[in-house]
Amino acid sequence: MSDLKQELKEKIIEQLNLEDVAVEEIGDNDALFGDGLGLDSIDALELIVMLDKDYGIKLSDPKEGRKIFESVEVMANYISEHRTK
Amino acid sequence: MSSNHYIQAFVHIKNETVSLHGNTLLAAPKTDFSTFSKTAYKELGTKYPKFFKMDRLSKLAFLAADVLLKNDKDPQENTAIVLSNRASSLDTDMKHQNTIADAANYYPSPAVFVYTLPNICIGEISIKHKLFSENSFFIFDRFNANYLFDYAESLLKTKKASKVLCGWVEVDAGNYEAFLYLVSDTGAIKHTIKEITRLYKL
Amino acid sequence: MSSTFVSHNNIISSLGCNSQSVVRQVKKETTGLSLVTDERIHPKPFYTSIIPSEKLTESFKEIGVIDQYTKLEQMLILSLKDVIDASAIELDDRVGIIVSTTKGNIDVLEKNSPFPKERAYLSSLGDAVKNFFGLSTEPIVLSNACVSGVLAVATAKRFIAQGRFDHVFITSGDLVTQFIVSGFNSFQALSDLPCKPYCKYRTGINIGEVAASVLVTSKKTGLTPEAVEIIGDASCNDANHISGPSRTGEGLVRAVENAIQEATIETEDIDFISAHGTATLYNDEMEAIAFNRLRMLHTPLHSLKGYFGHTLGASGLLETIVGMHSLHQNTLFASLGYTERGVSKPLNIIEKTTPKQLSTFLKTASGFGGCNTAVIFKKANKNHK
Repeated sequence: MSDLKQELKEKIIEQLNLEDVAVEEIGDNDALFGDGLGLDSIDALELIVMLDKDYGIKLSDPKEGRKIFESVEVMANYISEHRTK
Repeated sequence: MSSNHYIQAFVHIKNETVSLHGNTLLAAPKTDFSTFSKTAYKELGTKYPKFFKMDRLSKLAFLAADVLLKNDKDPQENTAIVLSNRASSLDTDMKHQNTIADAANYYPSPAVFVYTLPNICIGEISIKHKLFSENSFFIFDRFNANYLFDYAESLLKTKKASKVLCGWVEVDAGNYEAFLYLVSDTGAIKHTIKEITRLYKL
Repeated sequence: MSSTFVSHNNIISSLGCNSQSVVRQVKKETTGLSLVTDERIHPKPFYTSIIPSEKLTESFKEIGVIDQYTKLEQMLILSLKDVIDASAIELDDRVGIIVSTTKGNIDVLEKNSPFPKERAYLSSLGDAVKNFFGLSTEPIVLSNACVSGVLAVATAKRFIAQGRFDHVFITSGDLVTQFIVSGFNSFQALSDLPCKPYCKYRTGINIGEVAASVLVTSKKTGLTPEAVEIIGDASCNDANHISGPSRTGEGLVRAVENAIQEATIETEDIDFISAHGTATLYNDEMEAIAFNRLRMLHTPLHSLKGYFGHTLGASGLLETIVGMHSLHQNTLFASLGYTERGVSKPLNIIEKTTPKQLSTFLKTASGFGGCNTAVIFKKANKNHK
């Protein structure tokens, strides 16, 4: 699980081009949207593509995404439960 | 056609060099645009994390506009933005096309797709500088001072804008070039087609 | 300041190949949208409105060599030819040409395209039009996201006012391509059903294709019966987000206010609003907020996306032309797809096509990049009032 969290943090930084953010700066329970990392609606859509491409999880409702992308911790739990690749 | 307006300031970005009013602000060693734009971002003291999410065309337009607008002593919320180029957003269009070309690896990216319009770079500049103003993106075969002059004059004369940020921003096949100028009521250079053409060639 | 008019016009769509025939269908509340299965464009069936290629080439081969022109070029040239011929204006250096498009010949990037990739340059689209008609001025290609079509009208007026041209022809068009559909789908913005602007049951947009062309002119003689005067125009950026519509409708409010100010009229003088209404959750909500801030909640309003889908760079011009015919026929056209209010503020949606004395309408559009454009049109021929 901690490997997956580490992997997610790296991917978030890379895929969302968070140039000034380091892996260590993202806490497992930090909010990704809003006051936390400050991600926006395009980032949320981009994370949906990442779930599909890298873990074989298809989300069709962006609102569902908002819950899953609450924090790295929540994301990792959801992925390990639903991943197909 | 006569004009009571002036070219208040102008900036060039090309060949790893940023110059304001023809004076070099930054000259970096020869490299690709990604490396250069990062260097320029740091050296020019731009502080805007969203910069790294932008595509190449937006980065170029953003850097050039930032140099002009942050040095403007009399910033106006009603500064129109009128940009032009030849390749539109083709640099990013190809990137999006690559994500959909293969049915077995079909993962279109919203963060790429959103930049497949040339005027997105105008949006980026507007957001950073809080400009609730007129926008237009034109595509010409080559730099067209006549049309840019007419359009800027029309915006100023009809009071649709109090200043106009005009110019050319091109990213295509590994090359890049930006020339932006700010037209307003004050300045040392007359706003004429001849002067625009002269400055462009500097 | 001198007046500027929109006169001769043409629409080519799945509903017909000239404005009259298309507007006739709109008046009957017939949609051009249908469920299409084409895996080259989208992996699953989708609602769209497409110009049939066979019919298009059938018409085009009478005037040009079909292998030399892309589908979009054929559409634009056929549409524009109708307008140029009808206007009988000599194409000298007092005549400008604006091509409004978001993606132009983007389909040539596809693997199986018979055309070279260079045709994807938007300027080559301008050149194709220029060379076909032997125009003597450089084409102005306008690519400003979804406001392009209506911004082109404002742009034509501005070049005329500036003395550059006496007449400007505008042609506009975008194709339904894999490029576009995949992109909007990645935004989760596509509807599985025919779109329902402003409706509680709306789930997103349909992408459609049309070509639309007009003559914008400073000459009051020889205007068509449905001609309109452009009495006010403005564009304003939201300065908020590159894809998400402003939560406050700021840019749209400012654009409409500025256009009204230039027109020297009151909001009450506007008989109807031809709004953007893409049927995405956020766009329609943004418009409802904006029109309420503008105190235009009682002004009859429609979106025409239920007839044509979202036709991108052509939509603003297409909807302007339909609006002109609406004024001329003194008929409010229904906002197709609407059944129950699904925005947080009240709007006066036109639910049924209804006869009404009309003289002035407002056309608005909003697009990616945070752009918003508003243009106000008034009947040019007083006798029709």
